Amino acid sequence: MKKRSNEPLLWMLFSAGGVVAALLMPIHLLLFGLAFPLGWLQSPSRDELLILVRHPVARIYLLLLCSLPWFHWAHRFRFTLYDGLQIKHLNELINVFCYGGAVVGTVVAVYLVSQLS
Amino acid sequence: MVSPTEYLPKSYRPRVSTYWWLARWAYLKFILREASCVFVAWTVILTLIGIRALTRGPADYAEFEKWLRTPILLTLNIISFFFVVFHAVTWFDLAPKAMAVRVRGKRLPSVAIAAPNYVVWIAISVAVAWILLRG
Amino acid sequence: MPNRITLQITRYHPGHDEKPRLETYEVPLRKEWVVLDALNYIKDYLDGSLSFRWSCRMGVCGSCGMTVNGVPKLTCATFVSDYAPGPMRIEPLKHFPVLRDLVVDTSDFLVKLAKSKPWIIRSVKKSLEEEYLQTPEQLEAYKQFSMCINCMLCYAACPVYGLDPLFSGPAAIALAQRYNMDSRDEGAGERLDILSHHDGIWACTFVGECTKVCPKNVDPASAIQQYKLTASLEWVKSFVLPRGGQ
Repeated sequence: MKKRSNEPLLWMLFSAGGVVAALLMPIHLLLFGLAFPLGWLQSPSRDELLILVRHPVARIYLLLLCSLPWFHWAHRFRFTLYDGLQIKHLNELINVFCYGGAVVGTVVAVYLVSQLS
Repeated sequence: MVSPTEYLPKSYRPRVSTYWWLARWAYLKFILREASCVFVAWTVILTLIGIRALTRGPADYAEFEKWLRTPILLTLNIISFFFVVFHAVTWFDLAPKAMAVRVRGKRLPSVAIAAPNYVVWIAISVAVAWILLRG
Repeated sequence: MPNRITLQITRYHPGHDEKPRLETYEVPLRKEWVVLDALNYIKDYLDGSLSFRWSCRMGVCGSCGMTVNGVPKLTCATFVSDYAPGPMRIEPLKHFPVLRDLVVDTSDFLVKLAKSKPWIIRSVKKSLEEEYLQTPEQLEAYKQFSMCINCMLCYAACPVYGLDPLFSGPAAIALAQRYNMDSRDEGAGERLDILSHHDGIWACTFVGECTKVCPKNVDPASAIQQYKLTASLEWVKSFVLPRGGQ
């Protein structure tokens, strides 16, 4: 049997990251990027946030928020480079940059979230 | 490919322009949707910077909050917000196409699957906001 | 409504012209005319050398696909009066080599189509006296994808196919799905081996233009996304049940 491609794994990671990004990022950016800095809403203090992130569910939440979307970016950006800039002949370099970058980003996320204790 | 013969010389094959995506509005919308992934990545980076500032101490976190108020960051985050919402809307509208859900033999229209997605999106957003704002 | 309209039509004479050029013709603007009628008028009365493909003139053969004002259309199903007062631009179907005037080389599509094995695959075929029974629900499962008339408008609209000629393309994949979802077929695994490939279904980035231009509402974009989901589930199954899963 011919070896089947591993693209399904990359697509599933892209989809998972896309769902996480779609559901969570708008509200996060609205609050932390606009509402709190501009004073539209009362921002939680550092102490309050630390209490919130102490909870294991919050840690897992942050881990998902900061890992899966990397793979969403990686997959989409790879195809944007193929089709937008038409540099598909550099595909090995592109794959390393995109998926390698996502792995690095995930490692950084795991490290930083673990530092929150 | 048809081989050239005496009565059928080589065919004409135009090269696709690098700016193919500017030719139609539908193509441009597609490229903008794909470009939203860059702002998704930025949101992750922003969140990670925030988490690091949170860990490092009150002074660092205050610096982070101040940085978020600079014009450059505010502009970047407004743009990111629109792109991230654009990603969410296009995602919820298109994801149902991957699923052929059948009820009593008839395929459900896309909107029947997209609508619950929007409901969940709003519910989660409200829940997150409530957790962060109740103090 | 004015009673004449200007058409700018691609002319390309291989061996004589270095590249295609636009030539202008003026034709009557009749309310009930489709673009194909206008082209035949030109061929009958103005310029007999104009070359183009057509056959059934009623939207079932898939021969008359061309680019009308930048959009892939069946010229037998596109009214001239919709483009009044004009001028209208008629060019050959995009993303295919131009053989002459409005005629393109379709062989790449035919090769891709054959690769999808668009026929019922069975390990044991029934005898000629036996029937393959199918309920209306089973028919409904693949019927939409069976409406494809191989007109290639989707290939002309797909930017991925334009950029990567190795891509299988919307119609070939939709037709593979048509057979995968047919209850009489047993060839889904075979087709998956061929199409779950970076030039098969995975090259598709869901631009969605193929579905927009399809004259028969096949919705190839949806077929491809469903196929991606199926392929992903099969991939997971191949790890969980390495020998059991089919």
